[in-house]
Amino acid sequence: MLKQKIILIGNGMAGVRTLEEIIKKDPNKFEITVFGEEPHPNYNRILLSSVLQGDASIDSIVLNSYEWYEENQIELFTGDTVVKVDTKSQTVISQNGISRHYDQLIFATGSNPFMLPLPGADKEGVIAFRNIKDCETMIDTAKNYKKAAVIGGGLLGLEAARGLLNLDMEVEVIHIADYLMERQLDDQAGRMLKEELEEQGMKFRLNAHTERLTGKKRVDGVLFKDGSKLDADLVVMAVGIKPNVALAKEAGLETNRAIVVNDYMQTSVQNVYAVGECAEHSGIVYGLVAPLYEQGKALAEHICANDTLIEPGYQGSIVYTQLKVSGVDVFSAGRFQDGEKTKSIRVHDEFEGIFKKVVVEDNKVIGAVLFGDTSDSPRLLTMMRNGQDISKMSKVAILPSENESDEKESVVVAMADSETICGCNGVSKGDIVKAINEQGLTTVDQVKACTNASRSCGGCKPLVAELLSVTTGEEASSQKEPICGCSDLSHEEVAAEIRDKGLNYVREVMNVLGWTTENGCSKCRPAVNYYLGLNNPIEYEDDSTSKFVNERLHANIQNDGTFSVVPRMYGGVTNSEQLRKIADVADKYQVPLLKVTGGQRIDLLGIAKEDLPKVWTDLGMRSGYAYGKSIRTVKTCVGENFCRFGTQDSIGLGIQIEKKYEGLSTPHKVKMAVSACPRNCAESGIKDIGIVGVEGAWEIYVGGNGGVDLRSAELFAKVHTDQEVLDTISSFLQFYREDARYLERTSHWVERVGLDHIKKALENEEKRAQLIERVELALTKQQDPWSDVLESKDKQESLYEKKEVEVTN
Amino acid sequence: MTQVLNEQHIYVAQLRELSVGIGKKLTIAGLELALFRQDNDEVLAVENRCPHKGGVLSDGIVSGEHVFCPMHDWKIDLRKGEAVAPDVGCVKTYDVSIIDDGVYLLMD
Repeated sequence: MLKQKIILIGNGMAGVRTLEEIIKKDPNKFEITVFGEEPHPNYNRILLSSVLQGDASIDSIVLNSYEWYEENQIELFTGDTVVKVDTKSQTVISQNGISRHYDQLIFATGSNPFMLPLPGADKEGVIAFRNIKDCETMIDTAKNYKKAAVIGGGLLGLEAARGLLNLDMEVEVIHIADYLMERQLDDQAGRMLKEELEEQGMKFRLNAHTERLTGKKRVDGVLFKDGSKLDADLVVMAVGIKPNVALAKEAGLETNRAIVVNDYMQTSVQNVYAVGECAEHSGIVYGLVAPLYEQGKALAEHICANDTLIEPGYQGSIVYTQLKVSGVDVFSAGRFQDGEKTKSIRVHDEFEGIFKKVVVEDNKVIGAVLFGDTSDSPRLLTMMRNGQDISKMSKVAILPSENESDEKESVVVAMADSETICGCNGVSKGDIVKAINEQGLTTVDQVKACTNASRSCGGCKPLVAELLSVTTGEEASSQKEPICGCSDLSHEEVAAEIRDKGLNYVREVMNVLGWTTENGCSKCRPAVNYYLGLNNPIEYEDDSTSKFVNERLHANIQNDGTFSVVPRMYGGVTNSEQLRKIADVADKYQVPLLKVTGGQRIDLLGIAKEDLPKVWTDLGMRSGYAYGKSIRTVKTCVGENFCRFGTQDSIGLGIQIEKKYEGLSTPHKVKMAVSACPRNCAESGIKDIGIVGVEGAWEIYVGGNGGVDLRSAELFAKVHTDQEVLDTISSFLQFYREDARYLERTSHWVERVGLDHIKKALENEEKRAQLIERVELALTKQQDPWSDVLESKDKQESLYEKKEVEVTN
Repeated sequence: MTQVLNEQHIYVAQLRELSVGIGKKLTIAGLELALFRQDNDEVLAVENRCPHKGGVLSDGIVSGEHVFCPMHDWKIDLRKGEAVAPDVGCVKTYDVSIIDDGVYLLMD
């Protein structure tokens, strides 16, 4: 039998979710073709704000990779859009001239951002916040411009504004109403939200009516009706969406605000359906994710049932929303404005910044607004969905988070198995518990991979985590990552126990803290060894058996078991004498490859382990630390002494820094660079600590990484003297040494704890002084590891010598 | 130098040349082995190549009767010679006797 042919117009969340549901029900029934306008596979548009805010990469928000399309034999055209639909011959034609016949056609054309028709809205620098390209434009703009204006104080506008703040732009949000998110919040919660965001550095202009955007080719400001003006190099419009219906209209489908559909997502034309933001059901166009998924499910059921109408079809959705801005918890659902027949339960704690309002009509919850503590949201949503009679319930039963007794029972315990945990993907508590039990899941990510829960907006992640800990009986919340499989304790807990109990040996730590393995493993042992050294830098004797080979042998292992040797060259500066020595050693040991490293040092590759001590002796140079979880090299540009542009002595400062911190152990490798001008020839912008000289000052950047997760460093401080540079590095480094988890690069640490957390910690003069003192103490213990080995026959024998046994008969 | 006690027992080292927690590379008759001294002075010997990509096991982190390959962190059971699940693969193991603090390898 020939397969039925489905064509999907629109490669977004609603359409592809429909396909997923169809494939789940009947993997082989249909031949599927997808046309998408954007040049990407299907991605999670809701998480664009996380990309902009720097919490997620573009790759990580892809929902269905190209492989998924391939595996399911879906024909995919990206960057191509359907321009004509002929419903008589049942064919579509794309912009690139591709023509396909369909049996069933699904419109999932979504919506476009609504651009206010203001004079000047066509200028360069005026954009929406809707797709990956907008996101990239904002990131690029932030590199060259400082001032941004966001028009629209709704969900999207605020998320965009937060992202722009993270990109170091000054942001002012222009909003027409007198409080924020007026469609989702009541005035009380809206005002609390404004206060919270103002504390984060956002500025607001409420009751503001924009007249036009000024500027020549590029926008340079916003002019308001009252005559006031705001300078802006970037204007982001986030005022709403406009369903994409032009193609549908042209094809003769009935449209109102969007494409009109019935309970089975059928349009006015046979075999043509619509889902998502381009569809209008019972007069409502939804712009949130959960309804789109519910529609997708209803449509899949209908299509797979061969056009039989399965009752009851799609019945509309309860709309709820959550703001994705770190540090601000906002939730709203249903009808939350007070009406004539409504009564409400309110909790308002101005000290804690908590506001809760549950709106009740006819003894049923019909809406809610939660600010500051949103833990009751799933329960309230379920009550709303089920139309539960609450006349006999106490306040604490409706808002369990208000239960003040010490033994606060987890919200998830009270939930029925049928209750939904993840609204976006329709995953119930029962589904998750079953998956955890049957497949032995232990992390939120595993639950996500197995059940889809928390795969979309991520709002239910705390609940999933809680359910995980309740189900597995693990005391700790699953947010906590154990150090490794040998212990339940997190990195932080192990480090704290070592401190509190004054532990001194790796084996002692494992015994006292109840390790489940006798000897630990390759993950916990190096970490424990590091924490022990951190806690007692002077007396602790480093445990070389708990070190990775590179650190144990002070050279880098290569894929053939030979090693590479990098001699120290402070600041990347060398001289003819050193070069001659290196050349002689290369000849003597027949070094197969000499290479300049990314950190400006010379690497001698292909040296046998047993030759290492001899090579070091012949070199007579210090170890270049190219192998340790420690301070590596300080890369420098030429600087003021030779360069036409250099404003500072970058080489001098680089050498000073490298000498000072040489050999200091850190949670992971730390790379530094000093550039003498913003041209950044030493690539200071992608280093753990990068220093850029400008006229009369040094800018210090932190948290950059040129490795797997490419990340730009963030400006941390601007100082004037070399001593201030060193003090800043000392306090930052020591805080990183004490606060980060072992094997956590500064980039991940900065992202996890936030730059503000670090800045705040180092603002305190006293704390700063203590950190500097502690790093100085640790530095007194440093010695060159190569000469250390050369002085110890024992070390040479046990670590480097190999045994050779000749057998003759 | 010939160091044969009898046909199978070949003397390879003094026990004190081996440290607990640090592997020792040994070449013998064209073979490369790794020796691991245990807490109880037993010595385990395996072929010095990880079944994964030939990593030098003698340079790995040792955890009792297991070694973690320094190349890609595979965990190898030194007594059985097997990679610990989820990885699969096997290295050859060799019997070792300790006689008067001498380490003797049993070869076929």
